[in-house]
Amino acid sequence: MGYCPQIRMAAPEKNREGRISRPAYPRERFHEGGGRTRMVTSARESARMQAVETAPLGRPALAIEGLSHVFGRVKVLDNVGFTVRPGDFTVLLGLNGAGKTTLFALVTRLYSSRTGSISVFGHELGRSAATALASMGVVFQQPTLDLDLTVEQNLYYHAALYGMARADAAPRLAAELGRVGLLERRRERVRQLSGGQRRRVELARALLHDPALLLLDEPTVGLDIESRRFLLQHVRSLCAGRNLAVLWATHLIDEADAESRIIVLHRGRVLAEGRVPELVARTGAADLGTAFDRLVRAA
Amino acid sequence: MTLVQYLRCLGGIVRREALRWLHQRSRFISALVRPLVWLAIFGAGFRFVLGVSIIPPYETYIPYEVYIAPGLVAMIQLFNGMQSSLSMVYDREMGSMKTLMVSPFPRWFLLGSKLLAGVAVSVVQAYMFLAIAWFWEIEPPLRGYLAVLPALILAGLMLGALGLVLSSFVRQLENFAGVMNFVIFPMFFASSALYPLWRVKESSLTLYWVCQANPFTHATELIRFALYGRFNPPAAAIVFGWLLLLMSLAVYGYDPGRGLMARRGGAE
Repeated sequence: MGYCPQIRMAAPEKNREGRISRPAYPRERFHEGGGRTRMVTSARESARMQAVETAPLGRPALAIEGLSHVFGRVKVLDNVGFTVRPGDFTVLLGLNGAGKTTLFALVTRLYSSRTGSISVFGHELGRSAATALASMGVVFQQPTLDLDLTVEQNLYYHAALYGMARADAAPRLAAELGRVGLLERRRERVRQLSGGQRRRVELARALLHDPALLLLDEPTVGLDIESRRFLLQHVRSLCAGRNLAVLWATHLIDEADAESRIIVLHRGRVLAEGRVPELVARTGAADLGTAFDRLVRAA
Repeated sequence: MTLVQYLRCLGGIVRREALRWLHQRSRFISALVRPLVWLAIFGAGFRFVLGVSIIPPYETYIPYEVYIAPGLVAMIQLFNGMQSSLSMVYDREMGSMKTLMVSPFPRWFLLGSKLLAGVAVSVVQAYMFLAIAWFWEIEPPLRGYLAVLPALILAGLMLGALGLVLSSFVRQLENFAGVMNFVIFPMFFASSALYPLWRVKESSLTLYWVCQANPFTHATELIRFALYGRFNPPAAAIVFGWLLLLMSLAVYGYDPGRGLMARRGGAE
């Protein structure tokens, strides 16, 4: 079920402060309990409401400006800047060691950025970390599920980490697991699942708290063709259907389609940014693969 | 974030720790068997070698097993703290630590919750040990079982915080053997867990002061006194002081901007 499709399709209106307001959003729900009616706002709703609704009109889902990071003497990110907008499937394309994982660690606040700024729906990560983190879902490159717990125990744990009540999490869990075709296996231990199935569980988990921004760091590494295809299609459909902003890091050129926005990251620097046809035209190449090669060679 | 949401987060972290403990049967069994082996073998072997005079909180001569029981309870908590630390390093290597760290709750709260979760597990283990130890004629007064609870929580928090600090310093799982050799064993042996400090003082004044400086000694004494219904204010104050110090170090170690995680680079 999930509230998000109906909400996101509702046309945003501009209020006097120039901020988006979504009057159709069911911010408060009424529960019957103990013989009297009480008003409840779920954690998930309030977190996303705070992030999305207080964002000034036209603000991107993710905005990175002048971001640099060093490990010792090695500069792994150098003045990186780009934006990701709602509904965009943005591919962060780079070879191994380009700085993609470090960038993800900075955006998810695993590391702190000392230079530059990262904003999520206008909320600067350094100042409003809770609001920014509550509105993003993350699938890390490395598997992060607890193998000894069942699928649903892993997901309920994640829900708790976002302050969600079990009653709110249960229908979301069923919906997201249903979408990735693993609802029947919810009571099995993660250890019993294949690599592709574990990845699908991780995707369902990342979407459990209904984020408006989804970050995926090389999510198809080690997956077979079928699992890769499923994951790509699923995330693209979320992008289109839910107006979800997606940042998909990869070194696989074929994971970008014609509609994707591309950010080419090489040795910690952004070499180019734009839609696939723009990049191809700009480099005078026949396809994205050649365009990427030319950009990297020229750097 | 509201108070209810904070409580849900804490509940989720405690629940996960409990589930992991129950699912890892070997950890469950070894946590219980280890102190019992000490009690059955070490206690029985040394009862005729080491005499224990009447010292507070005991009011009469006691068998050696009775003396070491509180030390073994503290040992359960020490091992549990190190086990939590080990699982933090494992989680970091396996990646599941990231799940915790990207939660929108403040990092100090997440680490504190993780600590409380470990303490909850260690308290259950301690009571299970005390229940079995009753058959070894370790029979503290009934109120002692209740009075020991706050002592177990405070000692568990301090030893768990030590584990957190170590997990922020220990880079790889393989380095954990060093933790066993250089932290757990010295802490356990250079304390009042196995022999009273007045005996240590008789043999070596230096070792006596080492034992006094060891926070594990004070955790043991806090538990020993509480188990016999008595409060030991100096031990409580020292354990609390160590808790504050170690927790501050742990928060520093896990701070994304200043701590070791930022310096470590690719390890996370």
